[in-house]
Amino acid sequence: MKKLKNAILFTALVMLTACSNSGNPFGGNSNDTFFGNDMGDISNPTSPAYFQQAIGDRVFFAIDQSNLSPEAMDLLSSQATWLMTNGDYEIIVEGHADEQGTRDYNVALGARRANSVKEYLNSLGIAASRIQTVSYGKERPIEICSNESCYSVNRRAVTVLNNLGS
Amino acid sequence: MFRLIFAAFIILNGGALSAAPLRIEITQGVIEPMPFAVPVFIAETPNAVEVARNLTNVVRNDLTGTGLFREIPTSAHVSKITSFSSPVQFSDWQVINADALITGSVSVNNGGKLTVMFRVYDVFSQQELGSGLKFSGNANSWRRIAHKVADEVYSRITGETGYFDSRIVFVSETGGKAQRRKRLALMDYDGANVKYLTDSNSIVMAPRFSPKGDKVLYTSYASGFPQVQILNVGNVRSRPLINQAGTMTFAPRFSPNGNSVLYSLENGGNVDIYRMQLSNGAVKRLTRSPAIETAPSFSPDGKQIVFESDRSGSQQLYIMSADGGEARRISFGSGRYGTPVWSPRGDMIAFTKQSKGRFHIGVMRLDGSEERLLTASFLDEGPTWSPNGRVIVFSRSTQGRNGTSSLYSVDISGRNLKPLITPEGASDPSWSPLAR
Repeated sequence: MKKLKNAILFTALVMLTACSNSGNPFGGNSNDTFFGNDMGDISNPTSPAYFQQAIGDRVFFAIDQSNLSPEAMDLLSSQATWLMTNGDYEIIVEGHADEQGTRDYNVALGARRANSVKEYLNSLGIAASRIQTVSYGKERPIEICSNESCYSVNRRAVTVLNNLGS
Repeated sequence: MFRLIFAAFIILNGGALSAAPLRIEITQGVIEPMPFAVPVFIAETPNAVEVARNLTNVVRNDLTGTGLFREIPTSAHVSKITSFSSPVQFSDWQVINADALITGSVSVNNGGKLTVMFRVYDVFSQQELGSGLKFSGNANSWRRIAHKVADEVYSRITGETGYFDSRIVFVSETGGKAQRRKRLALMDYDGANVKYLTDSNSIVMAPRFSPKGDKVLYTSYASGFPQVQILNVGNVRSRPLINQAGTMTFAPRFSPNGNSVLYSLENGGNVDIYRMQLSNGAVKRLTRSPAIETAPSFSPDGKQIVFESDRSGSQQLYIMSADGGEARRISFGSGRYGTPVWSPRGDMIAFTKQSKGRFHIGVMRLDGSEERLLTASFLDEGPTWSPNGRVIVFSRSTQGRNGTSSLYSVDISGRNLKPLITPEGASDPSWSPLAR
């Protein structure tokens, strides 16, 4: 199931790359931070596709929390290792909240989550200057049902690669 | 722009104001609306027939929309008003149980200038309430003139300022929850004259009117980061409040004199409240805590600020001086409290409350006493006060895959809950001051 989701997301990102001049499949917010970089091939361990799917680009949070779970720390360690060997990339960590909460508070909560990821990556040796954070609050859910099965996926921080060379 | 000319004209049949028993005391929470009759205003010129009819309907809708008045339909009237200046046959209006009668006349001259005159009568005491009034303006401003008439009627009967000649700025929404497109929109308080202020290329949220209604603060993601913008309503141009790439600013609000702006700024995962002097850009940090401090709102005298903070472990409401410093907590009920907004009268705070999986719009006194929840739903949030502090508009979102957002209004007594009709989904309303 998770693999399928990733595959769908990957397809969407490829589509984004393909039609970067004509809007994007997430709703046409061309100024939002969805980078239109070439994702490359997942079999290539230096490719963004590999980072996103083989390593995993996102961690999840408990309700109203911004502290990292052991699973999240494991995944971020792998992200850090990848970022160490692929120095051409800067990252933007996007923090998100589920829809249970007021708008302003959720922007602040998403910022806390993104910052938790930033601080952890930084503690693992990734320079703070390579990491930006942004919060989308509850504005960009991935799953849209109104129960915990969706909320748990929406409470996330996503590490988005930005290739300085491209 | 048009100019409204406001003039009292000579009282023909003498108004004994003090004797008038025709009165609604809004504070008591009106359960039985006052019956009134508004025959279609008399068209004094042939080209005024249609505008007279439309204008009368807006006056009727304004009054009935408050929940304080009930219109007696024209079909129940036993007589007609054929001349604005003739004496009223009060018995004809008594038999249909009209407490109030409003008569009016409308004329349009060759230059396109619209003139509206009206009178309000207390049917049972057989007296005019106040004196006749005349408004004039450009013919295409007929809606505003109708709202002015209704504001005056409301004011005479309730003793309070009206709120009909006002506007609401909000976020207009289309598309599903995962790819929602948002743009700023402006409309009359009753949903007429919708105008879009931004495109929907970037997420926008939480617009807030300036005290004069000439500017709007909002948050835009156009730079890739949430950033407070200041928009000039006249020329529909925006500029960032702080031009600093990569910083996150949001939750803006004007001071009552319009000279400074409160907002939240994120730094290292922490969000605090700041105040900027618009004249020179000077910034003062007002809160210093590792907690989330956001959603600030000034008291009407500009001396205090109510805001939300999770410094206690959950979202709660606090009041501090306009210069920052010690804050006192005012919300102590069970659940979480956010988005506080100070009432225009200064005596109450409206807020969003989350409790047991439900959201409520509520009001409380400044010390947290007399908490009253006005609504309950899957997700209600973001109250804004009517200019007279009697009505609250907020956004309500429905749950599930096809969930959408729309605007609702409710009395501060909790009565008269009803949707505001907008062309698309809508959220984050902010009510303007009363226009002049």
